[in-house]
Amino acid sequence: MKKEFIITVFSENHIGLLTRITIVFTRRKINIESLTVSESAIAGVYKFTIVVHCSEEQTIKIVGQIEKSVDVLKAFYHTNDQMIYQEIALYKVNTEALYESNKIENIIRNSGARILEITKEYTVIEKTGHKEETQALFNELNQFKVTQFIRSGRVALTRDPIERLSEFLKERDTFLEQLD
Amino acid sequence: MTARKITGSEAVILSLLEEGVDTIFGYPGGAIMPIYDALYDYDQKVKHILTRHEQGAVHAAEGYAKVTGRAGVCFATSGPGATNLITGIADAMIDSVPLVCITGQVTSPLLGTDAFQESDVVGISMPVTKWNFQITAPEEIPRAIAQAFYISQSGRPGPVLLDITKDAQFGEFDFNYKKCRKIRSYVPETPVDPHKVAEAAKIINEAKRPLIFCGQGVIISNAEEEFKALAEKAGIPVAWTLLGLSAFPSEHPLNVGMLGMHGNYGPNLLTNEADVIIAVGMRFDDRVTGKVSAYAKNAKIIHLEIDPAEINKIIKADVAVLGDAKKSLKLLVENIQENSHDKWVKRFKECDKVENEKVIDKDLFPTKPGLTMGEVVRIVSEKTNHEAILVTDVGQQQMIASRYFKFKHSKSNVTSGGLGTMGFGLPASMGAQIGAPGRAVVAVIGDGGFQMTLQELGTIWQNKLPIKIIILNNNFLGMVRQWQQLFFEKRYSFTELHNPDFIAIGKGFGIEGHKVEKRDGLESGIQKMLDHDGPYLLEVVIEKEDNVFPMVPAGASVSDIILEP
Repeated sequence: MKKEFIITVFSENHIGLLTRITIVFTRRKINIESLTVSESAIAGVYKFTIVVHCSEEQTIKIVGQIEKSVDVLKAFYHTNDQMIYQEIALYKVNTEALYESNKIENIIRNSGARILEITKEYTVIEKTGHKEETQALFNELNQFKVTQFIRSGRVALTRDPIERLSEFLKERDTFLEQLD
Repeated sequence: MTARKITGSEAVILSLLEEGVDTIFGYPGGAIMPIYDALYDYDQKVKHILTRHEQGAVHAAEGYAKVTGRAGVCFATSGPGATNLITGIADAMIDSVPLVCITGQVTSPLLGTDAFQESDVVGISMPVTKWNFQITAPEEIPRAIAQAFYISQSGRPGPVLLDITKDAQFGEFDFNYKKCRKIRSYVPETPVDPHKVAEAAKIINEAKRPLIFCGQGVIISNAEEEFKALAEKAGIPVAWTLLGLSAFPSEHPLNVGMLGMHGNYGPNLLTNEADVIIAVGMRFDDRVTGKVSAYAKNAKIIHLEIDPAEINKIIKADVAVLGDAKKSLKLLVENIQENSHDKWVKRFKECDKVENEKVIDKDLFPTKPGLTMGEVVRIVSEKTNHEAILVTDVGQQQMIASRYFKFKHSKSNVTSGGLGTMGFGLPASMGAQIGAPGRAVVAVIGDGGFQMTLQELGTIWQNKLPIKIIILNNNFLGMVRQWQQLFFEKRYSFTELHNPDFIAIGKGFGIEGHKVEKRDGLESGIQKMLDHDGPYLLEVVIEKEDNVFPMVPAGASVSDIILEP
């Protein structure tokens, strides 16, 4: 059964690694729903958060193939309910619409969004949340015509009490020391 | 080692020497000229084989790697030189062949400007390399080369590519070489888990109809002795994959033959009766398994494998023993009881009888006038005392040679398995001969594949490589024709070849040879070839519609193997 999975990849910071990772998906004709890359809490270690829609079996195989990559330290996969995750969305509307009634103001209040910038011409609104939430806000605001809209890739943390990567790196270092 | 200032190009050569490289296969060109210039001063220390095409260089490097177990090295220039390597790199990737490919690249300020002979080689080769890296400064060279050798040869081996810009080749720096022994993000092999071995041993000890599969992993990890000990101690029959061929002696009483589409009758049929399958260093390719949902349904699968991504990829393992085959086999042999399965082994012998009657006798000792591929292979194997290195191309001749050639020594079979690269045979035989200079190398090639890379006859002649080349000529792209006959109502769409005079071509390259068309000239012709001092080209005209059987039709279960059309 297909559903949404979050694949987390920890890697060294090497040029071209993003391509090497995405090739694993392209080759199997699997679409990446969203992708976020940033440095992790551990200096020099980069974290990829990839959202895919496929079967668990396929996800396991993808994770195995990604881990084969020489520059990848470790890859995990989780279901949505195993992680705390957010996406951020920005919406631009014409400022005029805000003056016409208090509707937009109410929408912003009720949805927990906030205004980032107001100019004479436009207003930029920001909301973080799950895709359904940022999408719902888009639909509401779009009554007043959203002139620009952007949603980020997902950022996600596990519900584990410990950071699995630090444990992993400790184990890896001990293992490598044995090789000396 | 004390540092001294040298160019990046000289550093490339010195680094290769540090890694014990004795042979480089390559082809020069603009962007790699500084490295070739540095090589000029080291021609006494390292041999360079100038091929006639970069594809020839990379297949030769594969042949070298397969017979030596060490990484094959090849050089090519940027752009077309590098892209010509790609087929061989893809071949090495799917067949786990260690290669270090070094390509020249345009000078770094020109990267991304569509400069002359610029192509994005790192990008192009990424899906088909184990690792690749672009070097833009001379200081990066020693470390990158050390990593390249470590990565390509450790764990599950594979090809790596280093793309070196011309300015990095010219630049000077303090050279200092240190071999690479570890990389934080890369663990080439997992230590063997004794609990898993014990679990596997228990299953093996209780097995009634166990069967061992010998994959290339046995050869790569030099585990031939441990593997044989497992089979002999537990008395279990051994079947092999195409790439596992030569790891286990052909004449061993427990050798029951080849797995897969054109493998032997017994191991295919009885895969579905076995109660335990011990798969060592193999990946359950679709040509081995046939229809996966009807594969080995009665068997518990024990999978000994170095690559974690292969576990459960195609066939679910009941027990997976991760790690190097030599280490896991050694431990497994200690854990199993002595046993025998004579009745079960006899089942294979009964299958052999059926296969002999229906297929093998006709292939090896034909009574009809047309020459068969099988009889040629049989005679060559006998006359070389089953001690030659066999190099095959791809197609019918490959399947027939793999079925009928016999082996006493490991690392003696060189073929393109996973990728099925036509044109592989002739260049690969050069690398095999250079890697094993004292041994007889026989290249069995079809008329189609030969014409894909025949320019390498020039390399063979120039380097006086005493390869015995046999063209099995049926004037067809035989395997495709066979499929057209069986599955496309004999619609022979573009498979017939009007061939040139191969012997004249050989002579043009300075290579002796002759053509055999009738059975009475076959034995003496083969003898003449083998006795010849130097390279020799023997063309044997084969029955046009000679087919390879048995066959597991595509998509069928292995137990639905057919013995005749």
